[in-house]
Amino acid sequence: MHAPRPQGAQSGLAGADAALESGAGKALLRFLTCGSVDDGKSTLIGRLLYDTQLIHEDQLSALERDSRRHGTTGEELDLALLVDGLQAEREQGITIDVAYRFFATPRRAFIVADTPGHEQYTRNMATGASNCQAAVILIDARKGVLTQTRRHSYICALLGIKHVVLAVNKIDLVEFSAARFQQIVADYLGFAAALKFTSIASIPLSARYGDNVVHRSQRIGWYEGPTLIEQLERLDVLEGLEEKPLRFPVQWVNRPNADFRGFSGTVASGVVRPGDPVVVAVSGRESKVQRIVSADGDLPEARAGDAVTLTLADEVDIARGDVLAHAHARPEVVDQFAAQVLWMVEEPMLPGRSYLLRIGTRYVPARVTSLKHKVDVNTLEHIAAKTLGLNEIGFCNLVTASPVALDAYEENRATGAFVLIDRFTNATVGAGMISFGLRRATNIHRQALLIDKSARVRLNGHRPAVLWFTGLSGSGKSTIANIVERELHAQGAHTYMLDGDNVRQGLNRDLGFTDADRVENIRRVGEVAKLFVDAGVIVLCSFISPFRAERNMVRELVDAGEFIEIFVDTPLEECRRRDPKGLYARALAGKIRNFTGIDSPYEPPENPELVLVPSPLGAEEQARRVLEQLKVRRIIV
Amino acid sequence: MNDTTASARDTRRAPLSPHLRRLESESIGIIREVAAEFRNPVMLYSIGKDSGVMLHLALKAFYPGKPPFPLLHIDTTWKFREMIRFRDQIAARYGVQLLVHTNPEGLARGINPISSGSKLHTQVMKTEALKQALDKWQFDAAFGGARRDEEQSRAKERIFSFRSPGHVWDPRNQRPELWNLYNTRINAGETIRVFPLSNWTELDVWQYTRAEGIPVVPLYFAAPRPVIERDGQLIMRDDERMPLKPGEREQVRMVRFRSLGCYPLTAAIDSRATTLDAIIEEMLLMRTSERSGRLIDVDEAASMEKKKRDGYF
Repeated sequence: MHAPRPQGAQSGLAGADAALESGAGKALLRFLTCGSVDDGKSTLIGRLLYDTQLIHEDQLSALERDSRRHGTTGEELDLALLVDGLQAEREQGITIDVAYRFFATPRRAFIVADTPGHEQYTRNMATGASNCQAAVILIDARKGVLTQTRRHSYICALLGIKHVVLAVNKIDLVEFSAARFQQIVADYLGFAAALKFTSIASIPLSARYGDNVVHRSQRIGWYEGPTLIEQLERLDVLEGLEEKPLRFPVQWVNRPNADFRGFSGTVASGVVRPGDPVVVAVSGRESKVQRIVSADGDLPEARAGDAVTLTLADEVDIARGDVLAHAHARPEVVDQFAAQVLWMVEEPMLPGRSYLLRIGTRYVPARVTSLKHKVDVNTLEHIAAKTLGLNEIGFCNLVTASPVALDAYEENRATGAFVLIDRFTNATVGAGMISFGLRRATNIHRQALLIDKSARVRLNGHRPAVLWFTGLSGSGKSTIANIVERELHAQGAHTYMLDGDNVRQGLNRDLGFTDADRVENIRRVGEVAKLFVDAGVIVLCSFISPFRAERNMVRELVDAGEFIEIFVDTPLEECRRRDPKGLYARALAGKIRNFTGIDSPYEPPENPELVLVPSPLGAEEQARRVLEQLKVRRIIV
Repeated sequence: MNDTTASARDTRRAPLSPHLRRLESESIGIIREVAAEFRNPVMLYSIGKDSGVMLHLALKAFYPGKPPFPLLHIDTTWKFREMIRFRDQIAARYGVQLLVHTNPEGLARGINPISSGSKLHTQVMKTEALKQALDKWQFDAAFGGARRDEEQSRAKERIFSFRSPGHVWDPRNQRPELWNLYNTRINAGETIRVFPLSNWTELDVWQYTRAEGIPVVPLYFAAPRPVIERDGQLIMRDDERMPLKPGEREQVRMVRFRSLGCYPLTAAIDSRATTLDAIIEEMLLMRTSERSGRLIDVDEAASMEKKKRDGYF
């Protein structure tokens, strides 16, 4: 068996000396190949590997065996079999998952992501594209620009790829026609103008016979441009990351002993040098870079892509997930932003549901608040939609549980990309590219304050906390909370009471009792409680707060150990019997709608810090148990 | 006894090429990510050149501290004696914790690569042993030195590769891995295999080893060694446990190993390469792949994918 070579093929490649240089000193190019079934994508990669002499003898003999068994090319080697690695792929003759291949020429080292073309594998293609700088888009010369070509190009553009090589394959099957080639190129350029690629190079070639892949073909004499490999070698894909503003996501706090405290991470963009003033993006705290530590000695600078450890001049509170930047060129710090989201699992994306969002080195709970539209990946039309299904792409607004530092994906892939993770199964369910930060938080940089929570704790002599009393109307929440506050006050603790009824007469006067309003009611109370905690105060919150999700939302607003959920577990019958405000009677008479326990659900806490059942000794005894908990948890002494 | 770990230092340190520096940084980022997110990680240490690079990267990642995880060696009891000696020297030299595990049931049943066959030996003494060790110490993440250029099914593996309870790999259902936003979340009983060298090639590994002066087992360098020819492969008889077949004769030849495993399952190649430079030069002219000397990879079609589904690294 043999792999056919084009007639009159010029110049072989890769002598030992040349290959010794390859990879060394050259900028690596990561590119992906996309094409539809039978466009010859795997064959093209096989051809690249074969003609750059990256196929070894034992692999070649395995290929000969496999070609006889699965091959589709008759007596010739089926180069596609070099690439399709999974058993199912070889059996079905299709590409399912992204495969990464490595090859080098004297000029450059390459990693090629071979990605599947079927629409049901859009997510796999996006995965491959996420780390690539260029795309080779295959077109079958007989078929021309197809729907799939448009889809592939759109996904490449969406994932930020700027350089495209249009490989018009199987040119041998259209008699090497220049007119056909030019027509396809014109079709493609007409469509691709909207996608704003920086460069598009079109090449007529035959992957099966090797024309214009690595070796220049004499059979396409009218074509004078570069071969595929020449084009890939010469592509200038500098992303200019070093010229962009400094972004240093802290990955790991390195504290081997009491004398060393370093912040390890990879410079996402920009350059950092000792002496640079830097700011922690979210907290606004400032310091100076003292040293850039590496195992090879201290460095005079670290550039985009370098994994280093920074030490700072001041003791600043920095944790994994923080982003360091120069003060004059900060990322946006927002808790709401708009993004393109690609959905990657069967179970649809639901606006309102809480997912875990990973951006940089940070995980933060997040929700999609609204889906503006989804995109028909074949026509690029915008379609109104309520949810996103597998492989669908939509433009969404998202809200995070606390502010995050970010840039537009267009500006910076490292700080503008995120993934969404299912909080129950931990599956990666969505991928997002941020378009812009939204409204309120945008460009309001937090002012770093000189007096912080720990300073207030030292002055107060006790720790702050949220005591969250939840339970049915009439369960005794407010009564117990009042006694607890009285006792705390007597001990000299700083306290404040947020009571459901009182808050609804002021701050939340505009809210009713629908599910949506109940959620907003609790969100506002949570934010207020958080301010009190920051002020060092023990804040007592007495709210029915029927939904677990919202109670957890408040829990996540404050630090671990600061939220104490107290479930006042008085049975519904007892509450109805007490009915201190006559509300149950009115609800049962149909005069109040959405009344918790009657025609609106109550979700009991799953792991409350404390459960209070009715005591024969009354509310005083229940309050005593709360105070006991506060001592156990060292909120008070 | 000489410190064989020093034998790689035959060239002086030169600055890394931008390409190797990029690979180094990417791998260090991956290693730190595991330390930051997992409760109890471990680094598989197979004594080979890839493990050597991986350990070196881990030492760099946490400098001036030490890697916050131990090394684990799965000892089939059939490794070259020189490998074991080297392993113990490395652990002592870098002051890292080294755990060694051998499958006790396999040992008791007398499983070996010669009479049990390579397939059963690999299954029991490597795959099962590895799963035992991960369970025994309750590791939730394990680093492996595998590279995507080694083999076709490895080319499709994620960098953070999810394993369901029982260490099962489902290649049809891998988590999408976009950018460098690795999903490190797992539930109880689930684990992650992490491959920091995914994007390295064999050439990168040797060039980095040379540039950084990383010690390697002397078996990688050519030397006169007693070998027998069996099925067209050169096998080094490392001890008396391997009987000679009729007509087989031990002969001393100048050989070296491209890849190191259990000695009866790892073939040597004729070579005069006694330095790293010579190894790199020889590799560039070589027309066979690195794993061609690994007898376990060819014992059946799609054999690596099968082994990996079962829990092999």
